[in-house]
Amino acid sequence: MKQRILAVLALATMIPALYLIFIYAPIEVTQGNVQRIFYFHVPLATAGYVSAGLMFIGSLMYLIKRDLKWDRFAAAAGEMGVLFLTAQLWTAIHWAKPIWGIWFAFDSRGTLQLVLYLIFISSVMLRAYLPEREKQAKLGAVFGILAMIDVPFNYLSIYLFRTQHPQPVVSPGGGGLDPQMWPAFIAGFTTLSFVYAYLFVRRIELAKVEEEVDYLSHLAFSHDV
Amino acid sequence: MSATFALRAEDVRKTFGHFTALAGVTLDVKRGEFLTLFGRNGAGKTTFLKIAATLMRATHGKLWIEGIDIREQPEETRRHIGFLSHNTYLYRDLNPVENLRFFAQLYGVSNAEERIRSLLDRVGLKRRASDPVRAFSRGLHQRVGIARVMLHEPSLILLDEPYTGLDANAAETLTTMLQENVAAGRTVILTTHDLEQGLRSATRAAIIDRGKIVFAAPGNDPTVREAYDQFIRVGLTR
Amino acid sequence: MKAIWSIIFKDVVVELRNKETLSAMIMFAILILVIFSFAFESSGVDKNAIAPGCLWVAFSFAAILGLNRSLAKELDNECLQGLLLAPLSRGELYIAKVAGNFIFMLVAELVILPLFVVINNLKFDLQLLKVTGIGFLGMLAIASVGTILSVLSSATRMKEVMQPVLQIPLTIPVVICAVEATAGLLIPDYGENSSWLSILAGFTIVYLAVSYLLFEFAVED
Repeated sequence: MKQRILAVLALATMIPALYLIFIYAPIEVTQGNVQRIFYFHVPLATAGYVSAGLMFIGSLMYLIKRDLKWDRFAAAAGEMGVLFLTAQLWTAIHWAKPIWGIWFAFDSRGTLQLVLYLIFISSVMLRAYLPEREKQAKLGAVFGILAMIDVPFNYLSIYLFRTQHPQPVVSPGGGGLDPQMWPAFIAGFTTLSFVYAYLFVRRIELAKVEEEVDYLSHLAFSHDV
Repeated sequence: MSATFALRAEDVRKTFGHFTALAGVTLDVKRGEFLTLFGRNGAGKTTFLKIAATLMRATHGKLWIEGIDIREQPEETRRHIGFLSHNTYLYRDLNPVENLRFFAQLYGVSNAEERIRSLLDRVGLKRRASDPVRAFSRGLHQRVGIARVMLHEPSLILLDEPYTGLDANAAETLTTMLQENVAAGRTVILTTHDLEQGLRSATRAAIIDRGKIVFAAPGNDPTVREAYDQFIRVGLTR
Repeated sequence: MKAIWSIIFKDVVVELRNKETLSAMIMFAILILVIFSFAFESSGVDKNAIAPGCLWVAFSFAAILGLNRSLAKELDNECLQGLLLAPLSRGELYIAKVAGNFIFMLVAELVILPLFVVINNLKFDLQLLKVTGIGFLGMLAIASVGTILSVLSSATRMKEVMQPVLQIPLTIPVVICAVEATAGLLIPDYGENSSWLSILAGFTIVYLAVSYLLFEFAVED
């Protein structure tokens, strides 16, 4: 039920958002139409950080409560991180080539996103290669905490690195926002939030079903005749 | 908590996701007892011993060893326990003496050198005491393992199917050493498949099935064999 | 406390017997440095500029190798379980393992650095002492997180191959800081920034503390 509401909201907000982003919002002076990527790029990047926070909370709560529902929560957050940062890096590349002439500039923000992306991928890989459910949850949670603590250190070292070396001046953040751009910006954020929420809830549901199937097949195969 | 009990387990449960390994084990083992725990594969014997040895955490329930709550004071608990399974915990690059010396240091054993020499002698390894463990056969490994578990004179000795793969001589030595420990007031809990071997020195026998204790009686009680047939032998021929 | 020293001592004695871990670490690091040397030879790149980076690539991978080998020795014959049965806490066991791993990394570093100087035509002067100091701190940082990560990776189907997958993303701050600090010393007019050391120190302290607390979950059966 929750899922259905979220799905409807996501769809309902997506259409006006697309209109606002591609038609209503004015063309940006220096960057042209390419700048419209910004309306997706920023919410996607934010989704990366939100996923990091959720994964940390899920991991911590699992180790405290040992309830698998927190592990499903943390695992879903990790996968959402991979998904949304893949999309984010994809938009970054498509923005960078026309504007800077290079695919990826390793500027401070971009590098931080890239490292966070790698961390999410490692966490998903770790869970994928752990054989038992209990270990997946326990060790996944340990890595979740270790990995998320890393984020502030990455932030500090990458931003300090930035002050040592010249960086590209124009970034997808751009200058200030023209008042006519705000609706598009807010619409982009809103619709992607609903998409995120929908996928997140759905993923947790899926994990629960997977566990049920596992349990039933275990029962079926070990049943004493 | 009275310390006449070497081990008290109260409704100990362990689940792995949906799978229940222990469904509520309640067991009291008095000091000086030799308890043999029988059970089929997967019945929960190893899981229970591992929880008692603090290698695993129970999902529910309480356990006291020598009056100590194992959840609250795991390090102190381990001081009183000796655990032997098919793993030997020996470093290949060190010889038996060095391996035992290391464990003696970990446990703070006094008179270490003397105890090491006499134990190695006892298990028949006097001549190989200075050879690196790398070259040892499985049987020799296990003999050193026996020496290791007795090294710090633990008040509770836990053995998980210790006779598997042990040659007749070593098995005899192990049985004798266990009996001596019991005579000295220490406690032994042993798990095994083998009825005769298990009953030989047992003062008490218990059977665990599907994660619960389904039978317990003194070792020489005639009903033990019936119960064994009912719960274990039948299971083996399924 | 005494148990920690026993474990460290045991690790050193075992390593002295066959020197497997150290020789693998040192050899690997030197090969990386040499390959880098060849790789950039023809492109006319200023060797000084890339030297700090090359050094830390070599150190990172040598560390991964060392951590893997160190844990492999404990998993042989399930010796780790033997340590888990001993009357010391999981946190103390973690400290003992970090200390042992750190000692091996130090020794490897002391062998690798002079060779690094020779391969890159640098000078043996006071700056090198500071570079060594940065190396120590960086290696301690890597050991603090790598030790617990090696336990995680050994539980997977991929075994040792998972170690770099987990460790490299997490130690990126260490590498960035160590390379920048080293570059500040080796490259003239690079500009100095002492923030690197505080970040590195902060990283080490935080990870030592957190891993100390989380280690019991990593080794629990």
